[in-house]
Amino acid sequence: MKPFTQINGLVCPLDRANVDTDAIIPKQFLKSIKRSGFGPNLFDEWRYLDHGEPGMDNSVRPTNPDFVLNFPRFRGAEVLLARENFGCGSSREHAPWAIEDYGFRALIAPSFADIFFNNCFKNGLLPIVQPAEVVDQLFSEAAQSEGYRLSIDLQAQTVTTPSGQSFPFEITAHRKHCLLNGLDEIGLTLAHADEIRAFEAAHQQRQPWLFV
Amino acid sequence: MKAQTLYDKLWQSHVVREEEDGTCLIYIDRHLVHEVTSPQAFEGLRLAQRQPWRNHSIVATADHNTPTDHWDEGIKDPISRQQVETLDANIKAFGALAYFPFKDLRQGIVHVVGPENGATLPGMTVVCGDSHTSTHGAFGALAHGIGTSEVEHVMATQTLVAKQSKAMLVKVEGQLGRGVTAKDVALAIIGRIGTAGGTGYAVEFGGSAIRSLSMEGRMTLCNMAIEAGARAGMVAVDQITIDYVKGRPFAPTGATWDQAVAYWRTLVSDEGAVFDNVVELRAEDIEPQVTWGTSPEQVVSVGARVPNPANEADPVKKGSAERALQYMGLSADTPISQIAIDKVFIGSCTNSRIEDLRAAAAIARGRTKAGNVKLAMVVPGSGLVKAQAEAEGLDKIFIAAGFEWREPGCSMCLAMNADRLEPGERCASTSNRNFEGRQGQGGRTHLVSPEMAAAAAIAGHFVDVRTFA
Ligand code: SF4
Repeated sequence: MKPFTQINGLVCPLDRANVDTDAIIPKQFLKSIKRSGFGPNLFDEWRYLDHGEPGMDNSVRPTNPDFVLNFPRFRGAEVLLARENFGCGSSREHAPWAIEDYGFRALIAPSFADIFFNNCFKNGLLPIVQPAEVVDQLFSEAAQSEGYRLSIDLQAQTVTTPSGQSFPFEITAHRKHCLLNGLDEIGLTLAHADEIRAFEAAHQQRQPWLFV
Repeated sequence: MKAQTLYDKLWQSHVVREEEDGTCLIYIDRHLVHEVTSPQAFEGLRLAQRQPWRNHSIVATADHNTPTDHWDEGIKDPISRQQVETLDANIKAFGALAYFPFKDLRQGIVHVVGPENGATLPGMTVVCGDSHTSTHGAFGALAHGIGTSEVEHVMATQTLVAKQSKAMLVKVEGQLGRGVTAKDVALAIIGRIGTAGGTGYAVEFGGSAIRSLSMEGRMTLCNMAIEAGARAGMVAVDQITIDYVKGRPFAPTGATWDQAVAYWRTLVSDEGAVFDNVVELRAEDIEPQVTWGTSPEQVVSVGARVPNPANEADPVKKGSAERALQYMGLSADTPISQIAIDKVFIGSCTNSRIEDLRAAAAIARGRTKAGNVKLAMVVPGSGLVKAQAEAEGLDKIFIAAGFEWREPGCSMCLAMNADRLEPGERCASTSNRNFEGRQGQGGRTHLVSPEMAAAAAIAGHFVDVRTFA
């Protein structure tokens, strides 16, 4: 996993609430047995005018000029600004895979759906929750000034606007540690294998029917 | 001792270790696996040369990609077939307690298969790379969906890294009226608290209306907890739970059964346990529900009209409503009962159990599907549900009414197989998500109960099943 320390990234505002994972990556792309290559199909139904299927050459498909991701001014964006309940719906990790593969590194919204939120951290993506007023402000600033960038510093846990206004954000110590160092969580957990084994033995004593 | 919620009990009995910031390692008892979210996890194990920690925690089936007709022809779509065959190979290589492959009598939707085989038991932690894992909370279990990295983590370590959520109690007191089902309760709750209303919470459903629900109804309700944004949904254990579990293939027997039951009976919230949030609904106020938009919270009673976005004060909600009406091809203030439909889908992990099929068949019996309804399909949740329904003659009732009787699977709930809506087609669906494109690109989904779906198929438009004589 790519470590996340700090970025100064171009912001792309996606002004819709309840953006679901079906919209982020439609189901036909879930048939892949790989973990990579989903970026070109991020927001497929909104981004292209035709119907996308796996295996198509996306570079020749007609794009929707009205969809924000296709605006030339947002090309190369690394920060996705979103509305409430972003990432709701299916648990598909293909959603953060697609977002990450496209080139985003961080997301900012008033709230995220739970499973999506968890999935981001496993893939080097930083989802940041900010109060609705702050998100409103960022939306209007991003709309007004072309090339609007935000500085995100994970160590300091801050989002800073071009004018120097800084907003703190929260993250658990464990997630911060993993993200800053790009750590594989399984390896970390297996360092506690003895504790897991001890728990398991006691658990089996208490509830033997769980172990068939 | 401090009074505990059911959620506290389930959580605390599975904590392996806790960090200072509250991050815990939680032991996982049951790992349900299907073909869509597992290949990358098995691949990860292989690359790291790891073995499953306890492969007997795994129960697997193929459901999302499998066709619902012409099983003799196999899976025609080569990419779908590859995914199902990859699961076959992975289970063969890594092992499992049980695997119900494509065409097996016990194959079906993973959330139907787990409970009916007794692979979901009270007091368990249950995970699956699928958001509707919340279904299993109906058994007084702690059950929730996980992503593929977490699927790999559970396989490799038998644990999950997680923090305890807040606890919410959704209480429904009173008696549900005739024609009002668990599905309507679920939609009414989501209509009340919103699709993000449960975010950060594990929800316990309680109150006399919930206690009176069958296990099938409780599963429908917990299934939809995720649509309210909750991490998990759950219902306390009672005699209904225990009676359902008894005698199922993976349920304990003999002396172990008695020991298990004694423990399971403690899986209720203690008197005086404190919840972080309590939401109360009156059962008598809940009417049959129909969604009109592209989010499950965009829902009204069948007797109502499509809301007018002009009356919405919140600008974000207003924008969503306008976009939803446009996508759904609906005008504000149209009576719900005047909305004509093209297709009907009775199935999905929300409403494909035997009780759902019985309820739909009771409406379809002796009637015929309306001419404007191009397709009404009934897709049982599993091979066992299908066999049971056929033993009761339900298939004949459906077929006589002009419905199609299919093989089990996820089918048009998410349209990953050949079952899907064409652009602009309108569907009365017993599934759980009405998102844009969910049932096929450009398809328009209205979520309803099985009774309401069957009634809509007969009438050709939505109709209040209570007036449907
Ligand atoms: S029936 Fe639908 S919601 Fe349920 S597991 Fe299958 S695709 Fe998911």
